[in-house]
Amino acid sequence: MSADTREVAGGERGTPPIEAVPVRHPGRWVGAAIVAVFVAMAVHSLLTNPNWGWSLISNWIFSPPILKGVGVTILLTILAMVIGLVLGVVLAIMRLSPNPVLSSAAWVFVWAFRGTPVYVQLFLWANIIALYTTLSLGVPFGPELLTFQTKTLIPAFVAALLGLGLNEAAYMSEIVRAGILSVDEGQDEAATALGMGRMQTLRHIVLPQAMRVIVPPTGNETISMLKTTSLVIAIPLTTELFFQASAVGNRLFQPFPMAVMASIWYLGLTSILMVGQYYIERHYAKGAMRQLPPTPIEKMRRRLRIGGGDK
Amino acid sequence: MTEKPIKVLAENVHKAFGRNEVLRGIDMEIRVGEVACIVGPSGGGKSTFLRCINHLEKIDAGRLSVDGELIGYKQRGGKLYEMHDKEVAEQRRSIGMVFQRFNLFPHMTAAENVMSGPVVVRKDNKKQARERALDLLGQVGLGDRGDSYPMQLSGGQQQRVAIARALAMDPDLMLFDEPTSALDPELVGEVLDVMRRLAATGMTMVVVTHEMGFAREVGDVLAFIDQGVVAEIGEPREILAQPKSKRFQDFLGKVL
Repeated sequence: MSADTREVAGGERGTPPIEAVPVRHPGRWVGAAIVAVFVAMAVHSLLTNPNWGWSLISNWIFSPPILKGVGVTILLTILAMVIGLVLGVVLAIMRLSPNPVLSSAAWVFVWAFRGTPVYVQLFLWANIIALYTTLSLGVPFGPELLTFQTKTLIPAFVAALLGLGLNEAAYMSEIVRAGILSVDEGQDEAATALGMGRMQTLRHIVLPQAMRVIVPPTGNETISMLKTTSLVIAIPLTTELFFQASAVGNRLFQPFPMAVMASIWYLGLTSILMVGQYYIERHYAKGAMRQLPPTPIEKMRRRLRIGGGDK
Repeated sequence: MTEKPIKVLAENVHKAFGRNEVLRGIDMEIRVGEVACIVGPSGGGKSTFLRCINHLEKIDAGRLSVDGELIGYKQRGGKLYEMHDKEVAEQRRSIGMVFQRFNLFPHMTAAENVMSGPVVVRKDNKKQARERALDLLGQVGLGDRGDSYPMQLSGGQQQRVAIARALAMDPDLMLFDEPTSALDPELVGEVLDVMRRLAATGMTMVVVTHEMGFAREVGDVLAFIDQGVVAEIGEPREILAQPKSKRFQDFLGKVL
């Protein structure tokens, strides 16, 4: 606070800075007091109520089954998002294509996968075996050359990936489409006038600018995906974090502390994702702002430097 | 003058947006090395005509050719065939365009903007393209701003980068769509200077403009487009001094 005023005042040498009594905000003090009381109550309960089971949590939080569950959850999140992102971009481009077959196919995909619950979709993928017990390659109506059992071709993990990834693609395609539409038409014209084709314009001119609009909701989707992975019990895929935590909880007759423990893991992971998102957004802000916003580390350094020079 | 070959030839060009007929039979010929200025009231069709020359707009009727080659169409055995997107893109390479609102790519530096055409379209070597870009930026007086983003440049500087970007494709025809209309008055001069120097190198230019001074001084031809037709055309000084039609007289009365 004092650093800002000093910087401004320092510009005009000889002019004394304004010394005025700051406005008082009694309402803020009252609000802060009320919040402080609630926070104190919550902290008190967290520390003194033995049912939270903190010692149990600290014993189990880094145990092998839980760590393995964290690994599976992270892997599912990453792979499902990659499928969603790649397929989402393809669907968005199809949707904006002048070819009516491509654009309606993309529309139908989004309609179907966005319009049904992901939990149900996971169940359906796991039970695709009910539709086709075997998949075979061969001459139609003739001899079969290769035959697969669907059970071995689509194990639980693949079913989970298909369910989560395809559902995500439907949402991502709408996000990407919004991003593409947000880019000024003049950009397209300028690229076209230079002799760029439709795909060149999209790749070099439109998509990089669309990223500014695409990244924040994609971060949102990734965080959402991390939590949605707990639904793969519909398949059932049992190696992910929440199922593992519940299994341990049921075995110990202590389900509650284990659910809290899983929440701590989810919170930790989403926090890491938020940091990543901040830096990706900063990267794509190039050219859209006169000056890039400082990173948290730069901010801290600047504060320290100004504070240090004072004394 | 007349022995110079024809660069742009428009014959009875029509264009409508839905029911709104914007061009109703434009006839014009522009010869190699000429600077043709187009003036007229807004909504009269001058920008639309310019955009037809590089096929940003498709014409509905008539013929429009550059260097004797139809734009956007092929003629074989008395029949017209629409060109494939790739072939149109090929035609556009040798036609540079500068827009009213600059349309620089905001996520690229000035140098990257100028390089973008050669690198993406012509697959030029990046290092050489960059050297060329810096050289072109130097020619428009921005040799030291290669690493600035468009947002960090003034309007006049942005428009000069846009001119350099168009020149990077080595065009032999330059289209200017009201290049100074979005600029603060004190920045108009620097852009006109660059255009004046470009005209002196013998570049064929078609300029939609409101700058009568520029038209009089640099233009070889001045066309007055109103209500979708060329209402008056001729040597700029002559027709500005003695406008024949009432509409042109009224228009000049408003802008001069």
